[in-house]
Amino acid sequence: MSTIKLTVNGEARTVEVEPSTPLLYVLRNDLDLRGPRFGCGLGQCGACTVLIKGEAVRSCVRAVSTVQGAEITTLEGLARDGVLHPLQQAWIDEQVPQCGFCQNGQILTAKALLDRNPTPTDAEIREGMSRTLCRCMTYYRIQAAIKRAATALQSTRSGNEEVRR
Amino acid sequence: MSAPSRRDFLKTSGMLVVGIGAASVTGADGPTFAAVQGTGAAQSAGPYPDVDFRQLDSWIVVRADNTATFYVGKTDLGQGTGTAFRQIMADELDIAYDKTSCVMGSTDITVDQGGSGGSDALQTDGWPMRRVAAEARRVLLEMASSRLGVPVAGLVVAEGVVSGAADPSKRVTYGELIGGKRFNITLTGRNVDATTGVAPIKTVQQLKNVGQSPQRYDIPPKVDGTAKWAVDVKLPGMLHARNVKPPLAGATLVGIDESSVRGIPGFVKVVSKGNYVAVVCEREEQAIRAARQLKVDWRKPATAPFPASDGLFTYMRGATPTSSATPVVVGDPDAARAAAARVVEADYDVPFQGHTALGPAHATADPTNDQLTIYSNDMKSYGLRNGVARFLNMPRDRVRVVWMEGPQAYGRTAADDAGFEAAFLAKELGRPVRVQWMRQEETAWDTKGPAYAVKMRGALDAQGNLVAIEYDACAADHNHLGYNEFDTVLIAQLTGQRKAEPARGRASYPSDMYAVPNRRMAGRVVPLPLVWETPLRTGNLRDPDGPQVTFASESFIDELAAAAKADPVEFRLRLLTASTEDDSGFRRARSIACIKAAAEKFGWDARPSPRARGAGDILTGRGIAYAYRSQTVVAEIAEVEVNRKTGHVWVKRLVSAHDCGLVVNPEGLRRTLECGMLHSLSRALHEEVRFDTERVTSVDWISHPTLTHADAPASIDIVIVNGDPNPNRPDLPHYGAGETVCKPMLAAVANAIFDATGVRLRRVPFRDARVLAALKAAGV
Repeated sequence: MSTIKLTVNGEARTVEVEPSTPLLYVLRNDLDLRGPRFGCGLGQCGACTVLIKGEAVRSCVRAVSTVQGAEITTLEGLARDGVLHPLQQAWIDEQVPQCGFCQNGQILTAKALLDRNPTPTDAEIREGMSRTLCRCMTYYRIQAAIKRAATALQSTRSGNEEVRR
Repeated sequence: MSAPSRRDFLKTSGMLVVGIGAASVTGADGPTFAAVQGTGAAQSAGPYPDVDFRQLDSWIVVRADNTATFYVGKTDLGQGTGTAFRQIMADELDIAYDKTSCVMGSTDITVDQGGSGGSDALQTDGWPMRRVAAEARRVLLEMASSRLGVPVAGLVVAEGVVSGAADPSKRVTYGELIGGKRFNITLTGRNVDATTGVAPIKTVQQLKNVGQSPQRYDIPPKVDGTAKWAVDVKLPGMLHARNVKPPLAGATLVGIDESSVRGIPGFVKVVSKGNYVAVVCEREEQAIRAARQLKVDWRKPATAPFPASDGLFTYMRGATPTSSATPVVVGDPDAARAAAARVVEADYDVPFQGHTALGPAHATADPTNDQLTIYSNDMKSYGLRNGVARFLNMPRDRVRVVWMEGPQAYGRTAADDAGFEAAFLAKELGRPVRVQWMRQEETAWDTKGPAYAVKMRGALDAQGNLVAIEYDACAADHNHLGYNEFDTVLIAQLTGQRKAEPARGRASYPSDMYAVPNRRMAGRVVPLPLVWETPLRTGNLRDPDGPQVTFASESFIDELAAAAKADPVEFRLRLLTASTEDDSGFRRARSIACIKAAAEKFGWDARPSPRARGAGDILTGRGIAYAYRSQTVVAEIAEVEVNRKTGHVWVKRLVSAHDCGLVVNPEGLRRTLECGMLHSLSRALHEEVRFDTERVTSVDWISHPTLTHADAPASIDIVIVNGDPNPNRPDLPHYGAGETVCKPMLAAVANAIFDATGVRLRRVPFRDARVLAALKAAGV
């Protein structure tokens, strides 16, 4: 067991675990953050996704010792001041989830995608999301929600630019 | 206690499963989803007798603040049935939708409606829900009549407020009438489905919420991270377990070297019985490590458990059946075939396909107080409760199942292995135990949809009319699993507590309304060599046989249309309109309406298939298929692009016309249908359980691919059809939805590929290599 220091959703957290423990189990079992979920433990499905330094990372195959000091964001940390992130709102507006088990990974992968490319084409959305699996097959609505959120984020940005002018 | 009393409701409604956080209890929306899901999960000592469905208080609680909670014995697999239940019950009760909430599927506080399955949530269970809500309204009106001194006939109700029709100043709320008291009304009905009071239900025209699309109440917590799932349960003193499965199918346990894991921090115990082995540790990652590290000696079975998947269909066709259904014969197919101008024959193969839920099987069991509480996502939570009680030889009223959200599994939890295992281990350890399967374990060992090999034969006369059709199915479905049976779940098999006789299984027949004068339908079930303790266990996978059967029957109708040089839509409509015989559900009229509606929405141009092949790399085509399930009818059209250089198939556009009678929540229905079609599309394009002669080799998302974002169609159009001859009838039933839509997709895609390329694929799935090989063989 080692003392591991993490920064999760803006808070400093300390846990006593084996350094090789996958981040997923620390988040879920030690820090009670249940957004990331176990789907495969192989980095294949994306249900365990978290954001680390803005990148979508599969926490089931990332040793906790390797992410010390990095800013980790989970689904629970996406809202700001009680206001849902535009992606989360788009997920509600489009009524995306069926069971919802994978949607943590879908939303956070989409977040990283839009941060990288605020105006993705349909093909870029398909490609960027293609490794994040959903067995309810909500893909069609997810893609619609990403486009909706991209539009909302664009109008927020242009609004901010007007204010700055 | 036979019904959840208000006192109990208030006592538990604010308490979540210990250790998984807190949520507000009530808001403008009534009790929040998170709070409601935790209802009843607080630790109480039991016993947990059956909830009496003949007591109105078992179904409905109305609080002083004029909010109502509905208690129903169903589970929501993510298709919005909870929202729909609130809509229909709010309508009958005459209370605002947003003042209601719904508690589902926990065995000690909701009546046993069997949980979910068979797309029957609204079709079957919606009726008693409507009747009990109507009865509650009747009782409340009588109470209001006494309170206000106005005859019932002189009262009006709106959103839980009763007032005098002539004197609106006389008013009282439901909450003022009943809040703090029980209804104490006894209902009648020989079983839960027949439960009724004396009040009549409303006509379709009187329903206000039905037909609207309130957003699903479970979605916001699912996107902000506050939803509580069965995987999230965390109890004081809880241990983590992982199974160690036989590495070869049918292997026998010889010995366990416990010293191989004793040094692992947090190691608690190795539990084994028969061929069942599990390791238990304090922490989850420790249990995973211990399960990987445990040294176990297994003895290989003397004979191969099954043929390799490449030889499956040859094996099935030659195997001795374990059971055969009596063929259904209409007319004289042999004579008609002998006299026909043309006979067409074809064989169709659908492999085993898995449930492969995104989250593997899981459950947590708490043995505190000499009882068992199982926190589970089991769609059939009542069956799990009964099965566990028998498996562990405990009184039923000492076992309860608290139903919570889980990964959609399309029938997987009908045989809820993890629930039984958690219960078994918790009893062994005397502490709460959380079990979760690993990915490779789940994909290899979950229940499978049975493989089908179907021979079709059809006879056309000189004018291209179909005069005879023959269907002969062979299903690898011997020992089809029951619903949470204590003697057929996997742990019962592995621990040697299995039943003596395997279930017969079945070979199903197609569902269509085609009028063909001569017809034969036959089916037989064949076994694989290894009957028990096999990873090729068959169970109910979302319309258990429909996709397989309809792949054969509706591909073949297309082949016949092509042989007759007829347009595939026109050919089907000709077969449907050749008879006026119908049934009580107007299935023929509704079949015709759906096919026409789909063709119209698609912009179908009438012509025979295949089309003239284009010259480029991308070949496009369209195909239709249709089926019904119970009273629900669907027609689906797929437009495909086939890459002749790679064999890759992209289904670019889907159109579905669907008639399930009265639609409660149209937007919820659309999404359920979209996803159901795409699940079936995944089965058409990707899914196959592969195995060698020792073990299943499809074990993860690489070796067992699924549909991805890259496969999603560019457009999906859903046409909601009401093909009833009297569409405005006041008693229009709400039929089921969910599974019917899964049936035609495999055939629709195959028919579209044929239209595009002229090449007929008779073997699922249509992976690139298979399609490319077929194209090359045909010189495309």
